[in-house]
Amino acid sequence: MSAAALLAATGPLDPAARSFLSPTGVEIVFLLVGIAVLGSAVVAVTTKQLVHAALWLVAALGGLAVEFLLLTAEFVAWVQVLIYLGSVVVLVLFGLMLTKAPIGRSPDADSKNRWVALVVALASAGTLVTLVVDAFRTSWIDLGAGGGSAAVTGASLFRTWVLPFEALSVLLLAALVGAIVLSRGAGRRVPAPRSGRIRAGRPVGSNGTVAQRAAAAPPAEAPETAPAEES
Amino acid sequence: MNLFDTVLRCVATLVVFLTLPLVIGQTEHKVMAHMQGRLGPMYAGGFHGWAQLIADGVKFAQKEDIVPAGADRRIFQLAPAVSLLPYLFVLLAIPVGPDGFVGQAIDAGLFFVLAVMGVGVIGKLMAGWASANKFSLLGGLRTAAQLMSYELPMVLAAASVAMAAGTLSLPGIVDAWQWYWIPWQIIGAFVFFTAGLAELQRPPFDMPVADSEIIFGAYTEYTGLRFALFLLSEYVGILVVSALTAVLFLGGWHGPLPDQLGWLWTLLKTFALAFVVIWLRVTYPRLREDQLMRFAWTVLIPLALVQLALTGIIKVAIS
Repeated sequence: MSAAALLAATGPLDPAARSFLSPTGVEIVFLLVGIAVLGSAVVAVTTKQLVHAALWLVAALGGLAVEFLLLTAEFVAWVQVLIYLGSVVVLVLFGLMLTKAPIGRSPDADSKNRWVALVVALASAGTLVTLVVDAFRTSWIDLGAGGGSAAVTGASLFRTWVLPFEALSVLLLAALVGAIVLSRGAGRRVPAPRSGRIRAGRPVGSNGTVAQRAAAAPPAEAPETAPAEES
Repeated sequence: MNLFDTVLRCVATLVVFLTLPLVIGQTEHKVMAHMQGRLGPMYAGGFHGWAQLIADGVKFAQKEDIVPAGADRRIFQLAPAVSLLPYLFVLLAIPVGPDGFVGQAIDAGLFFVLAVMGVGVIGKLMAGWASANKFSLLGGLRTAAQLMSYELPMVLAAASVAMAAGTLSLPGIVDAWQWYWIPWQIIGAFVFFTAGLAELQRPPFDMPVADSEIIFGAYTEYTGLRFALFLLSEYVGILVVSALTAVLFLGGWHGPLPDQLGWLWTLLKTFALAFVVIWLRVTYPRLREDQLMRFAWTVLIPLALVQLALTGIIKVAIS
């Protein structure tokens, strides 16, 4: 989306009018932040401390937001912060802490698939780099201030790219519905409690009613809360 | 000259960041005390205990800075900064008066403010996890759940104002503001302010830091200055949420006085809302965790959607 917005904002590509050997301050900062992003991303997948991995992800995604800012794509940068830092990483951290997040190293955090994952990562990185380098070659895109403002991004998104945008939103909706269906677990559905089995008002632990209540109460609550928490 | 101007604005924001929260804190001491039929601090500084918070600050600075043995040291020490700094950046974008009386005018200011405020959660999660304490972890989890749920109605209510104004820039929104926005956006204002209150974990939404149940949630293990930083972030949060509500829904610097005194109106509205925040703390009991979630998902989000639809309909009708 960002590249598309930038292209739409800046018009046709011109051949190189400037030398690449005298970088400006912004370009140097861009490069340094890029190295920091790459570094923290690598640490995020290699560290053996689960929560640290998620926090390195924060560093990597925050660095990407800075890169967007340096490319004058202000709106995309804030979206990156709002969605990835404020929501996705928080959700990851939340999930980790709810399930398994020891302080210190987790020796079993390694997967046997890591070599396959490495190959896939290198292949996709190689494809992307080749594609981008081949597409732009030495053309120079002049980034005017305000080229990625909310107005420009919105105009190009809803005038030029409205069909992919809507298609993506349908895809996300499908994913959302799928997640709800999966989390409900069709195979192991607990039967609804029969009426008349729960006796209220008895002293706790009198004659097994507590066990019955504990078994019966959660399914009765579940349909109310489950959809809300998924979305 | 330009650089000097930028630096000056940043320094002014920093001064506001360091002083106004203390004013709010002192007001809270006094207002709470009088609402509960007591006097509050009376000795520090002489006149009605005005220097109480400075004395508190000195006390915090003198305390030993303890990191629990089982804690994750670096993350434990980093967490207060991650929790506090986003509010500083948010303050930079809030307009106080007309004609560029703002820290930094940001094109998508509304978006910036909401995005950066969301980052503060990470600090609280880090604090809760790194303390190696089950109460802290519980508090951290509750914080995360609460902030995730209340961020959605907050963003929706803010989106309604942005739709009405036709811009995402905060000064632009205040410029476009008319008096009839108050009845028009009243539902949005309620949702925004309530969700903001919940993001601050102020009573009645203070289940994550419920001191009588999980001690002080994520902050249980913190002492000295680091604990003071968390407290400061709460009071800066009150300032930010009140100022944002004033700017978005109450017209910021608009008022009967000439435009040069606009900043006075912004401050007045902000402090009136901060007073309401304190008032609510004294008035309502704490909501239970499930009540908190139910309130967010079944009351605030539908209300925010209604406001969004209403804004859209009226916007189309009057344009």
